[in-house]
Amino acid sequence: MKIKYYLDKSTLFIYFIGELDECTASKTRDVIDGLIKDLNGIKKVVFNLSELSFMDSTGIGMFIGRYKKLKSLGVSVFTQNPTQSVEKILQISGLYKIMPAI
Amino acid sequence: MKNKVKLYFSSVSENEAFARNTIASFILPLNPTLSELSDVKTAVSEAVTNAIVHGYPDAVGEIEILAEIDGQDIHIEISDDGVGIDDLQKALEPFYSTKLENERSGMGFTIMKTFMDSVSVNSQKNAGTKVIMSKKINSSAR
Repeated sequence: MKIKYYLDKSTLFIYFIGELDECTASKTRDVIDGLIKDLNGIKKVVFNLSELSFMDSTGIGMFIGRYKKLKSLGVSVFTQNPTQSVEKILQISGLYKIMPAI
Repeated sequence: MKNKVKLYFSSVSENEAFARNTIASFILPLNPTLSELSDVKTAVSEAVTNAIVHGYPDAVGEIEILAEIDGQDIHIEISDDGVGIDDLQKALEPFYSTKLENERSGMGFTIMKTFMDSVSVNSQKNAGTKVIMSKKINSSAR
């Protein structure tokens, strides 16, 4: 799993490239938490999932954890361009309700 | 066509991708849609994750997958010889997890049941767990 990001004004875009499962989730979590540790002036975080080729329920837990953290900091969270298989997981898990697609 | 494959591997998370991709390759001759293929991959990944995380919480054990093709039907059995499930009824409920503090979503069995046509679970305390799943590939067309 690779993570890329860029900042556009007050929005932080985070790109997930690879597969999110039990094997990759904890390292991914640490990288994201490092990125969002210091959110000076950031109001919005967008998870771009266009290159996330696989995700299972371990990924759901990882996303819910990051969502809770960001919400407590007053940052809104969105998802963008999920692959077909990941989109299905987002719908079933209810993640779309807390991290809407933009 | 009838065909089968059996895999044994250690309960380490590095083997999750190996397991789901191997089963996906095995069912390719059935000409599944991309959606069917990812359904099976995800369901296998969930059962294997359960075996690694919950079946063998403190040690590395062995996981066995038996996959069979019968016509357009696939049957997959994923077994471990781990600690078993304390309360199976609860484990099958959405959002229930014994490890919620580790950011576990508790959605594993819900995803398996959603993505496969049938899922059943046998578990015995300190003897292990077996998940049996099946799915018809491309039942409407061809």
